[in-house]
Amino acid sequence: MMSPTQWDLPPELCCRPMAFVALTGLDVTYNAIHRAIWDAFCANRRADRVPISFKVLPGDHEYPKCRTKRTSYEWYIPKGILKTGWMNKHLNLVPALVVLFYELDWDDPVWKEKQSECATKVEIVRTSLQGRNTKVAVVLIQKKTPLPPGEDLVASERAASLCNACDLSGKSLFVLPHTDHLVGYIIRLENAFYEHAQTYYYTEIRRVKSHKEFLNKTTHQLLFVRHQFKIAFFSELKQDTQNALKYYRTAYSLVHELRTHETNMLEIKTMAGFTNYKICRLCFQHNTPLDAIAQFRKHIDLCKKKIGSAELAFEHTAWMSKQFQSFGDLFDEAIKLGLTAIQTQNPGFYYQQAAYYAQERKQQAAHMCAHEVRYPTPDPLETLSGALDFYGQRAWRQGHQSIDPPDAEKEKVGIQALQVKEKDVPHSELIIALLSNAVAQFKKYKCPRMKSHLMVQMGEEYYHAKDYTKALKLLDYVMCDYRTERWWSLLTSILGTALRCSYLMAHVKDYITYSMELIGRASTLWEDQKSRIEKNLIKVLMNEVPEAEPDCDPASAKAAQALWSDRVSLAGSNRFTIEVQDYVPFGQFILLLQCKLHLYLKADCPHPVRFSKLCVSLSNQEYNQFCVVEESCKSQDILEPLSQENMCLVPGKTRKYSFKFVAKTEDVGKKIEITAVDLMLGTDNGRCVLLNWRGGGGDAASSHEAIQAARSFRSRGRVPEQHAQWDTVSIQASTMIISRVPKISVQLSHKPPALSNEMYCICVSIQSNEKTVAKDVKLTAGLKPGQDANLTQSTQVTLNGLEVCDESHPALLPDIAIGDLQPGEKVHPLLISDETVTIETVVPFDVAMKFVSTKFEHLERVYVDVPFLLMTDILSASPWPLHLVSSQLLLAPTMVALDEPQSQVEHVVLQTGECASECFSLQCPPVLNGTSSVASGQYLISWKRKSSCADAPVVTTVVTLSHVMVETIPLYVHAELPSFGRVRESLPVRYHIQNRTGLVQDVEMSVEPSDAFMFSGLKQVRLRILPGAEHEMLYNFYPLMAGYQNLPLLNISLLRFPTVSGQLLRRFLPSRIFVKPQGRQAEDASIAAA
Amino acid sequence: MAVCIAVIAKENYPLYIRSVPTQNELKFHYTVHTSLDVVEEKISAVGKAMADQRELYLGLLYPTEDYKVYGYVTNSKVKFVIVVDSSNTSLRDNEIRSMFRKLHNSFTDVMCNPFYNPGDTIQSKAFDGMVSAMMVQAS
Repeated sequence: MMSPTQWDLPPELCCRPMAFVALTGLDVTYNAIHRAIWDAFCANRRADRVPISFKVLPGDHEYPKCRTKRTSYEWYIPKGILKTGWMNKHLNLVPALVVLFYELDWDDPVWKEKQSECATKVEIVRTSLQGRNTKVAVVLIQKKTPLPPGEDLVASERAASLCNACDLSGKSLFVLPHTDHLVGYIIRLENAFYEHAQTYYYTEIRRVKSHKEFLNKTTHQLLFVRHQFKIAFFSELKQDTQNALKYYRTAYSLVHELRTHETNMLEIKTMAGFTNYKICRLCFQHNTPLDAIAQFRKHIDLCKKKIGSAELAFEHTAWMSKQFQSFGDLFDEAIKLGLTAIQTQNPGFYYQQAAYYAQERKQQAAHMCAHEVRYPTPDPLETLSGALDFYGQRAWRQGHQSIDPPDAEKEKVGIQALQVKEKDVPHSELIIALLSNAVAQFKKYKCPRMKSHLMVQMGEEYYHAKDYTKALKLLDYVMCDYRTERWWSLLTSILGTALRCSYLMAHVKDYITYSMELIGRASTLWEDQKSRIEKNLIKVLMNEVPEAEPDCDPASAKAAQALWSDRVSLAGSNRFTIEVQDYVPFGQFILLLQCKLHLYLKADCPHPVRFSKLCVSLSNQEYNQFCVVEESCKSQDILEPLSQENMCLVPGKTRKYSFKFVAKTEDVGKKIEITAVDLMLGTDNGRCVLLNWRGGGGDAASSHEAIQAARSFRSRGRVPEQHAQWDTVSIQASTMIISRVPKISVQLSHKPPALSNEMYCICVSIQSNEKTVAKDVKLTAGLKPGQDANLTQSTQVTLNGLEVCDESHPALLPDIAIGDLQPGEKVHPLLISDETVTIETVVPFDVAMKFVSTKFEHLERVYVDVPFLLMTDILSASPWPLHLVSSQLLLAPTMVALDEPQSQVEHVVLQTGECASECFSLQCPPVLNGTSSVASGQYLISWKRKSSCADAPVVTTVVTLSHVMVETIPLYVHAELPSFGRVRESLPVRYHIQNRTGLVQDVEMSVEPSDAFMFSGLKQVRLRILPGAEHEMLYNFYPLMAGYQNLPLLNISLLRFPTVSGQLLRRFLPSRIFVKPQGRQAEDASIAAA
Repeated sequence: MAVCIAVIAKENYPLYIRSVPTQNELKFHYTVHTSLDVVEEKISAVGKAMADQRELYLGLLYPTEDYKVYGYVTNSKVKFVIVVDSSNTSLRDNEIRSMFRKLHNSFTDVMCNPFYNPGDTIQSKAFDGMVSAMMVQAS
């Protein structure tokens, strides 16, 4: 009982209770058939089999004796709540059913003898179970397969006789033919057993319940609890978990109704704990985890304050710790069976709380058990049986239930014994186990910070347990989390523990690392503590033994001193390289500028720091030699105070170191990076420590500070170069090496805007201002790549100013070698100079064209074989004068020029906004079908810029003329008349009417009267015109008025072509004529004409 | 009344943390720090779409045996944490809310101070006074 696992719950409480069935008469060792039967019972017990625990017992097994039942409780005073053996008794010792296996066939030749033997065996079992309600059943193992019931008359008769002989009911006799289907028979058998067991437990429950009426509330309080617990337990055995839960709950509330005093506190808590465990377990089993949690909370609230004896307070915390731990276990188990837990409600919290109580227990134990007392003899914890009779009682006063202890002296000795025992408990081990359980849970439920916190506690516990290596490992692991989260207060506390660990182990490297971080900015220690740590650090650097850390166990500190002395005497291994990425008191910032490197150092520790070497490593190691500051002590040059001061960092002051080097040509275009900064503390003859910053340096605090500084409104006034403000320096750990901008001037001379289609002339003059020769100068001219594809295709570039470009010329002329530019000796790297010119382009002129009739009327369409005019207008839009060299009309085959078309704009110079026009007379040959659209041809204009040099090439711009509609007309009319008339003078007008069809045309003609003219000739006529023939009509008009006069209208209508109106035909005829007034001299002539 | 009040920056480092002087300060620091697990989880659980309508008050973060820890997150992801003694059952949710509101108002005043750099630890007397008023008075 008083083992270290005193607080563990008994296994019979934690298991799942199952009906207990004893099998007798089986010889599993020597009989193969029996062995097979037993295997079939116990193998493959899956969830679908009935919950029974089987045990093979010999036929004459002695079952626990049943005490004589009490008839009256009147004078009975219970000695405790629950006997320690009770649960085990009903789980493993007292069966619900005893099954007797017996080999007997119905047609056995010696049936009579066998039957009586079987009856005897049954009798033996019955005797052993005297006073119990345990059932007995008989199973006959038979070799033959039985006939269906009712058919075997012998069988039923003999079965009846056997039942009679053994005093069995028919339901308790079974036959097990041992054939192929053994497992099937066994399963049917065990189902029958299960029913018997259920009945047994039912009667047991009834039996316990029946006691209730004899009990009274004053003396039998304990029995109320006991009985409820027993009923609940039997219900569980009966697999009636709902009722079991109900009875456990009653039992639980009854436990808390018990009168409590110091002597029975432990017993009450123990029972409360048991009952609570059962309730929570069943709640989880019923998938009502919230009920389980609520029950547990209630339990804790009720029991938290029930401390009991003050001298044994550690027992209470131990018990509390166990409560939390076992609930955590239950919770975890439920999760494994499919329950889902959440971040704020998971087993981790219970393990954590269990760990807290375990820690408290440890403290209490340390406090209460500090006195040096020997373990008392005789052992007060010794009992006669070696175990307690009741759960939760004291060995030296078992069964005692009154308020005061029976013997004060015994009580004192007993407590002393318990205290001495407590001293031997491996507290740290328990705490660490609980913490690591909790860590595992919190890891699962996404609580990284909780996990870190628990790991810190684990580390501290390891520290207390003097396992410094493990402590350091854990602390080191979480330190960086706190560092990145910038919780300096927590980090400082962890570092403090880590420093003590490293001190006690005399780990020089760790000691130095932690010391450095502790004296830095991030630590929240007081100045005097920092100062103490730094003094220790200096001692270590001088190869001396540092002072012991405060709060260290004096004995361990002494041992550590010895370890340190050993370290000191050991000459070797005194060089350390420490990676101090994040946590060293001196931050650093580096600025790399044109191969000039500034290194800023600042110490945050309370005392000045002297260092012996400072060097910077760059990605190209060739530069490293330029970036070193070294102590000149080697040359014993003490008379150089400047250098001495240079090697010393004053706390809070920023020191700047500048390095210079020339970049190598092969590094052009590459990135130079600072890979590391090394600072050597101490000297070679003492201990030396190389601090190594990766990259540009800085510490955990500095990156944040840089941001803060950037946001800051603080004045950034001028500060002396040596003490540049720390906040304003930002790390730039790398730089690009690029080539210098060349001293070459490129001048372009041209006259924008460019005119489209023009050969645009750009003069490029390149002048070198370099002191040396610029070799292999190359020029690339053309369109800037990456522009519109159309632009690239339509732009050509040539070097030859005299030739005209065509498609064969590219848009870009790359690498035109120019050769060397002006003298010098040195070779210079390739210089690239970029000049981009944007050239505006304008359209030089607009060409407009139109078709007009011979009367200069606008034509929508032209008629076959009817002459018309083409007019072109060239409107200059160029800001520069344009010189039109010539123009040319290239007619399509569908057009014919009536005369030789000659350029009318040759050598015309157009100023801005001026217009040049040309006019061509054209005619269309007949087209195949009535109307069609025909191409007109092209109009070529050769031109150049007037201002450009005389030998500038002439450009030809081609304008495509628009299409025109050509229409065939059936009848063509044209008039022949003088260019003017004269008043009162005859004016002969001849109309020619031409039939252009292959048919005879009926034409009706009429002339309308006019006020301005008198006339002679056919006023209205109808005539026929043969195909292709022409009819001529002569009219003599006699003008009456002067001025522009409308001619009398000639109406023509074609009977075959009603669509051809007179309106259309009239278009071919002049509509009016100028009539001159009557001249005197001409009078006679006109009379003569009349 | 609270036993510990903390203001945590967006990046989860403490801007201000104050606890009753009678008890172990470090323990409260750990309590506040571990509560950030729950805060982060709650913020991320709300999802980005709902971020605008998110309620600032996060409620009870998690109960420990001895303390109740409440959380509040401003829109700029600055966290307020209030730790209350578990035995103090008189405090209701509403009162915790109003404490957070007061804290938020006072924090806003701190931010409005042109001499305060956002991200620096808070060293304002007015803020200190307001927090003191909300803390359990050490007797």
